[in-house]
Amino acid sequence: MSIFEYNGSALVAMVGKNCFAIASDRRLGVQLQTIATDFQRISKIHDRLFLGLSGLATDAQTLYQRLVFRHKLYQLREERDMKPETFANLVSAILYEKRFGPYFCQPVIAGLGDEDKPFICTMDSIGAKELAKDFVVAGTASESLYGACESMFKEDMEPEELFETVSQALLSSVDRDCLSGWGGHVYVVTPTEVKERILKGRMD
Amino acid sequence: MECVFGLVGNDFAVVAADTSAVHSILVHKSNEDKIMILDSHKLIAASGESGDRVQFTEYIQKNVALYQFRNGIPLTTAAAANFTRGELATALRKNPYFVNILLAGYDKETGPSLYYIDYIATLHKVDKGAFGYGSYFSLAMMDRHYHSGMTVEEAIDLVDKCIMEIRSRLVVAPPNFVIKIVDKDGAREYAWRESVKDATVASA
Repeated sequence: MSIFEYNGSALVAMVGKNCFAIASDRRLGVQLQTIATDFQRISKIHDRLFLGLSGLATDAQTLYQRLVFRHKLYQLREERDMKPETFANLVSAILYEKRFGPYFCQPVIAGLGDEDKPFICTMDSIGAKELAKDFVVAGTASESLYGACESMFKEDMEPEELFETVSQALLSSVDRDCLSGWGGHVYVVTPTEVKERILKGRMD
Repeated sequence: MECVFGLVGNDFAVVAADTSAVHSILVHKSNEDKIMILDSHKLIAASGESGDRVQFTEYIQKNVALYQFRNGIPLTTAAAANFTRGELATALRKNPYFVNILLAGYDKETGPSLYYIDYIATLHKVDKGAFGYGSYFSLAMMDRHYHSGMTVEEAIDLVDKCIMEIRSRLVVAPPNFVIKIVDKDGAREYAWRESVKDATVASA
């Protein structure tokens, strides 16, 4: 079994009208066994920037700690938050540092940049960035997620409709993947507020 | 195979571990205590490579004590768990420790807690956790009978149910178990569950 499939994960981020949504599943497993059904895969870097880490959970935790450290230093030096584009470059650089002994993670970065323009991107485990205008996916359920998002996505969705779309895409994709699921965690971020919601799907 | 499991109750946490020290087909001893008292209000139940288990848990114990000497206050359970994960994560890509840990503790402010830390340094706070082949039975038993806010009697009853299940259904079931508990009065041994005692040595 691949090391990327050891813990199981599903992540998706989608762009809406002056907003974005980032969603993940909640399962933490060790191969076939489920350890927990409340695992947090998405973390807030600052009010307008969220990071989701799929792949090996231990590397996701280590990488998250390193990135929070770097962002806090940046905040102290620059006296402001990092822009999403800058943060994506930072993540890419940190991953490529370990080119010949990588972190087994696929990050998904979603944030609101200048003039509240939503920014999403994903990258592979060695930092190859993939910018997208509509949606990005990661994790063991990524293939199903590509299909679901491609068919359900529309341009310029309002936050409520975006939430519905992301939720349906996530739940239907994880139901086809035995290693991810056990509910969903969705963040819908607009310039004024962050709405965090838990989804109840098939609990298997 | 080594069985370790634990759960969080009303205002206490309980962990149980088997007590057999095995090398290949030989049982060296059947009263090996695998649950270390980390400090006054923390227990560390460890399973895995026996040399690593003893060395690593003693290392954590001494460092936790050092923190208390230097700073005058003890570490919280969360801090101790994160320190343990950090040590495992640092060693992971150099000289990994093959030790799985359940860290149970009681803090005055936050109450009882249980942390699942596997050998590749995945950390997660859980209500119930288990390692080893016995986990297939004990986790299933706990999923069925566990509810939050259990009393000591209910929890020990559940622990006994898990031990019965392991003894009757696991082919290489360990005969003896030790149960330790941690609550506001501290960490202490609660009981042994023995079905085989070591043969007494005849005097010379």
